[in-house]
Amino acid sequence: MPVSYYIILASALFCIGVAGVLTRRNAIIVFMCIELMLNAVNLLLVAFSKMQNIATPPGSVSVGGSDAQIFVFFIMVVAAAEVSVGLAIIVMMYRNVHSIDINFLNRLKN
Amino acid sequence: MNALVLCIPLLPFLGFLLVGLLRNKLSRPLIGIIASGVIGIAFILTLVIFFTHYYPANAITYFDFIKNSKYDISFSFQVDQLSTLFMLIITGVGFLIHVYSTSYMHDETPAHYARYFSYLNLFVFSMLLLVLGANYVIMFLGWEGVGICSYLLIGYWFKNNQYNYAARKAFVMNRIGDVGFLLAIFWLLARLGSVDYSIVFSNASALSTTDVTGITILLFVGAIGKSAQIPLYTWLPDAMAGPTPVSALIHAATMVTAGIYMIARSNVLYSLSPVSMDIVAVIGVATALLAASIALFQNDIKKVLAYSTVSQLGFMFVALGVGAYTTGVFHVMTHAFFKALLFLGAGSVIHAMGGEQDITKMGGLRKKIPITYWTFLIAVLAISGFPFTSGFISKDEILLAAYSHSKPLFWLTAFAAVLTAFYMFRVFMLVFLGGFRGNDEQQHHLHESPPAMTIPLIILAILAAIGGFVQLPELFGGHDYFNQFLAPVVPALSHEGENLATKEYALLGGTIVGLIIIFLFCKKWFAVNQFEGKYTGFKNVLAHKWYMDELYDAIIVNPFNNIAGFLKSIVEKSGIDGIVNGVGRFIQYSSRQVRLIQSGLVGNYILIMVLSITVLFMVFWNQDLIIAFLQKIF
Repeated sequence: MPVSYYIILASALFCIGVAGVLTRRNAIIVFMCIELMLNAVNLLLVAFSKMQNIATPPGSVSVGGSDAQIFVFFIMVVAAAEVSVGLAIIVMMYRNVHSIDINFLNRLKN
Repeated sequence: MNALVLCIPLLPFLGFLLVGLLRNKLSRPLIGIIASGVIGIAFILTLVIFFTHYYPANAITYFDFIKNSKYDISFSFQVDQLSTLFMLIITGVGFLIHVYSTSYMHDETPAHYARYFSYLNLFVFSMLLLVLGANYVIMFLGWEGVGICSYLLIGYWFKNNQYNYAARKAFVMNRIGDVGFLLAIFWLLARLGSVDYSIVFSNASALSTTDVTGITILLFVGAIGKSAQIPLYTWLPDAMAGPTPVSALIHAATMVTAGIYMIARSNVLYSLSPVSMDIVAVIGVATALLAASIALFQNDIKKVLAYSTVSQLGFMFVALGVGAYTTGVFHVMTHAFFKALLFLGAGSVIHAMGGEQDITKMGGLRKKIPITYWTFLIAVLAISGFPFTSGFISKDEILLAAYSHSKPLFWLTAFAAVLTAFYMFRVFMLVFLGGFRGNDEQQHHLHESPPAMTIPLIILAILAAIGGFVQLPELFGGHDYFNQFLAPVVPALSHEGENLATKEYALLGGTIVGLIIIFLFCKKWFAVNQFEGKYTGFKNVLAHKWYMDELYDAIIVNPFNNIAGFLKSIVEKSGIDGIVNGVGRFIQYSSRQVRLIQSGLVGNYILIMVLSITVLFMVFWNQDLIIAFLQKIF
């Protein structure tokens, strides 16, 4: 499959994520959209690494391919940790203001 | 011995610190004792130098004052005959005036009393520094020091605004002269690389005529300011706002003669520039005449004496200008005696009259204050040139020197001398003879001053009477001891090949006849019971000092004030303040607008972030285009 398919898919996912973050006020949805953007980038990383592996001329030793695949797992682990922190914040926010509308956060002003 | 020399100026400085810092602690007698004592000790030390003939050939260097790769200006003292003579005058007359002041100022509160004496001590310190310095920079230090002390003492009664203006006037006019002095110092440094007297005078002949003339004229500008000559003389009469002993010490005996000292000290330079000498002589005689003419119709006893001082300083400059440096210095000495005596006598009169200075309200004080009367009489005779008083001998020498230089100069100077006798007799008659013209309260208050005031008067009277004998002409059995004393430093004018005897007899005869005529006229006009003191016509012009102050106000002071007012109210208020406040207001306004971006809405932040990133990407992709566009513009 040409790499452009992956790029288009990743771009589409990223744009959906951006649009979601910009338009939605529900903190959980916003959060999910952020994850969508993150994973779009992840997907692109995996795709590029795969393509680079294929593009290696025959006879020469492959230098890429699996590194980024493993790298992506690390990203997912870190993202999972980040999600837990983010969700904890949302839970605390809900306990305090009984709402998960992000515009409520402007109360931090002043 | 070098440490002893250093002690002479340091003692008054010590007195200044002690009296000044402990002004709230010390009692009045103690203040008087300390302040007069340090000057007395300094006088004794000066006498030691004088009698042991301690005149080292080289300057005594104490430490480096300004030292860099180009210039080496050291803090050093030059003890020679000229500086010793001035030190004797400063500490001697200064001591008498300190003693006099202890009594004259007794109405002041102790703190102000101490302030007065600390200023006076600081003045003596500065003046000693001025005459002791072995280079022009140290002289300039003292020069500035006496200027500030003069300012402080003129404005001593600082609650009177009029006195403050007088002090400011004196200070500003002195500053104008100081600029000239400073420029001369710079000029010397640029041409010779040194300001030490020894180096400057030994290399003076290497200077071009332009340089010498420029330097000497600039030095003379300094002397004009300090010694109150035309056109900077108007501060001295106003300086009479200060206490009378201050007028005696600073504005008659010592400070105003600093200009004469400076020119006598720089005689080597002046002798190289005939143009400057002529300027000095012309300014001197013009000042002598102008001031004497003003003194004729003043009604304030101190004003008369002030103009008389200006006039006498003019005589000294005439002597310097015709090359008779020693004569100029000699007149400084005799003038210090009789003018200090006149001022102290005037102080005693004012004291007796309870603060009255208007001579039209005095009269007939002869019987009431006899010691003041007799000492004042001696001073009047001395300044008028009564034969064989100190003033006669010094003024005769000036006239002789002027005569051998040019005839018109002689006649003008002689005329100024006649005017001197006239206005001095006028004051004397109005104050001491005739009938009392004051009110009853003043008549009741009349009393002779205490001994602390009369003893200095008597000592000065003796000096004024016989102080001139050190330079009695040989014709009358004297010898020019004074000229010989100063000969190693200042050359005397040579009267070689002139027929001195005839001229001196002529002068003596002329003086006696003139004085008798003046005495008779004055007795007729001024020894009276009623005196109005109102003048009309030309006399009124003279009584208004030729309207000089008004002229200066009109052409300098008022335009200057107007410009300053314009700068203050227009340029400063709307210009500079406008810019400063405008910047502040712009920052405030713009930050208030920028602050609105920080709305606290997370969505907005994210939107801005996304848009910014998009813009950055656009710029990144099109950077070639943008750079090309920018290059096209600039």
